[in-house]
Amino acid sequence: MTVESAWHWVKNHANLVGAIVALGLAALLPLAMDPLSTITHNCILAAAYVVMALGLNIVVGFAGLLDLGYVAFYALGSYTVGWFASDHFSPVNHEKGVHVLAGKFADTLPGIHLNFLLIIVLAIAITGIAGMLIGLPTLRLRGDYIAIVTLAFGEIVYRFAVNGDQINLAKGYTLTGGRQAISPIDAISLPGLSEFDSATSLRSYYWFALVLVAIVLIVNFRLRDSRLGRAWIAIREDEVAAASMGVPLVKTKLMAYATGAAFGGISGAFLGSYYTSVNAGQFQFGFSIFILAMIILGGLGSIWGVAFGAILLSFINTYFIPDVFNSVPHKLGLDFDLTVLNFGIFGFLILIVMVLRPQGLFPERRRALELTEGVGAGDSTFEVNAP
Amino acid sequence: MSVETATAKPTGRRTSDAVREAFSKYGLILVLLALPLYLGVRDLTQDGSLTQLGNNLVLGLSNGAIYALIALGYTLVYGIIELINFAHGEVFMIGSFVAFGLWGTIGLTLSTGPLGVAVGLLVSLLVAMVVCGVLNVMIERVAYKPLRNAPKLAPLITAIGFSFILQNVGILWLGSSPASVPDLINSQKVLFDIGGVAIHRGDVLAVAVTIPLVFLLTTFIGRSRLGKAMRATAQDPDAARLMGINVNTTISMTFLLGGMLAGAAGLINLLYQTSIWYFQGFTAGLIAFTAAVMGGIGNLKGAVLGGLIIGCIQQLAEFRIGAQWTSAVVFAYLVLIMVFRPQGLIGEVTREAG
Repeated sequence: MTVESAWHWVKNHANLVGAIVALGLAALLPLAMDPLSTITHNCILAAAYVVMALGLNIVVGFAGLLDLGYVAFYALGSYTVGWFASDHFSPVNHEKGVHVLAGKFADTLPGIHLNFLLIIVLAIAITGIAGMLIGLPTLRLRGDYIAIVTLAFGEIVYRFAVNGDQINLAKGYTLTGGRQAISPIDAISLPGLSEFDSATSLRSYYWFALVLVAIVLIVNFRLRDSRLGRAWIAIREDEVAAASMGVPLVKTKLMAYATGAAFGGISGAFLGSYYTSVNAGQFQFGFSIFILAMIILGGLGSIWGVAFGAILLSFINTYFIPDVFNSVPHKLGLDFDLTVLNFGIFGFLILIVMVLRPQGLFPERRRALELTEGVGAGDSTFEVNAP
Repeated sequence: MSVETATAKPTGRRTSDAVREAFSKYGLILVLLALPLYLGVRDLTQDGSLTQLGNNLVLGLSNGAIYALIALGYTLVYGIIELINFAHGEVFMIGSFVAFGLWGTIGLTLSTGPLGVAVGLLVSLLVAMVVCGVLNVMIERVAYKPLRNAPKLAPLITAIGFSFILQNVGILWLGSSPASVPDLINSQKVLFDIGGVAIHRGDVLAVAVTIPLVFLLTTFIGRSRLGKAMRATAQDPDAARLMGINVNTTISMTFLLGGMLAGAAGLINLLYQTSIWYFQGFTAGLIAFTAAVMGGIGNLKGAVLGGLIIGCIQQLAEFRIGAQWTSAVVFAYLVLIMVFRPQGLIGEVTREAG
């Protein structure tokens, strides 16, 4: 292979090469730090948010369906791990528990304890089905009504999470722990590897999160370039035209909801295990907007942009607001805690980005065209987005 | 606002359409009546009286009057630019905050005499209305106007951004937990008692402020020149522009009116609930939005009707099902309406709903 043809290969596989380089460098990062470093902790959260943001990006960025209830899938993913990898259902099997390769310690506990890989499969199934169920009623609706219906579903799921400790499925079995967290959750235990232990080292969780990100990135790129991905983008750009070209609207939209939801579920299950607790308070509306802000900031539909947006906002949330800028109001002579304003800051970012650079920081080429092609097509203020 | 659908539809209506229309409309009415009817029957069989239901419904109607005022703001804005003004609930919240702040400034306390309270409340009503109206116009200028050419979801997203910003203004103003407010009008005092159904001062106040405002609004839109411009812009902005209507001013005017109503609702809510919280706007906003959709978005009478109905449903849910389930019940209604009858009780088919 000559240098030139190698260069061509790299250029043609820019995404692949970029991903390998980025993830490879990222994988080395924790080795340079203390095993329990806060930076590693922040990076783990960032990686989990990347997975979620890429999932929401499929629904909002690719298929153009504004989903304001994405937190529902985070909740369902987290409760999957809460239900099937903790002592939440402790009376099961006469208090002896059900165990499937859950790891040395968990195998002795009451409750259902499944291996984390099984949990991921379950989380994908549960959230995928939930995504379709939530998507079904919105099929007839368009635009902002979809946003409100998904928001309503997100709030309903949140209410069930909060009040789930009063819902008895059977004697001794409650739906959720409510505001009392379901805890502890089993640590991740993979075949052939020693059990993860976040008390002594965060590295294994970090690498596991990176593997998740890698898989999700590959799936995202492959999906985007697949027949399904092209159908999503066609629907986003013009639903009527797509339908008349033979794109099956129902199936395509439901696939978008299900796939997007499944990523949220994977990430939710991972975060549940990482936090070792699942608490209803995590699943508020604001979280949906947090994830939405990531994909808007990065650039709707742009995979690299969304990943970047997720990392940036995650660090703004976990590092910049509490650690770096928290003293700023005090220095200005104002007396308040910046961390209570994090959602105001996200709101401000959304507003600024949407008004000044609606295509996001790293726009997808096609999307940027879409946004600009309306300008100059006529001076009508109202017609541009008519379907 | 739904010109395209109107032209796209065949002029002659088929019977099956009419049947479906009647089915979905009366189906919705039936679904709305289900909860009060069920509770009424249960009360009658268990206690032999409808007093409790009556009390719930009185509270529901007075709460509903507040929701109606907020819902009018949603429906006005949606009618004219087909945008869900997501920040509208927060404008209502700011209305409460402004009024409460003003009480502190002008020294309105529990020891103030009745005349002082009356004058003070009137002043705070006007100030809250003006501030909220101007705030709403400002939101439109900053967050929606630059995006009129953008895809439709863009202004919705900026609206959400703005709503979070306003919520945090509320947090900075009065902290992040609910605060109680002096009960200036003694809102829990029972004024009438009709067969065991108590009507409180707060209930009378809510209705007494809402009715004149709604009347003024409908007269303004129906009779005045600007109201005519608003209706024309709602119907066809391009044609309205060709007829010499300043569309931008008209849109600003709509936001001003909506904001003023939200400000009035903010003051009433303050007096009625005697509490204030930065998050009150989010919940009330979503409930009021449900009301607007229920009545048929874009339709003023529908918004008022929807507000009253959703107020009753909300109160019934709060007292009979449990306060922790209230929002879930209201949202379940929202989803049902959106899915099965997006045009609402007396609305017309819009593009979204199509």
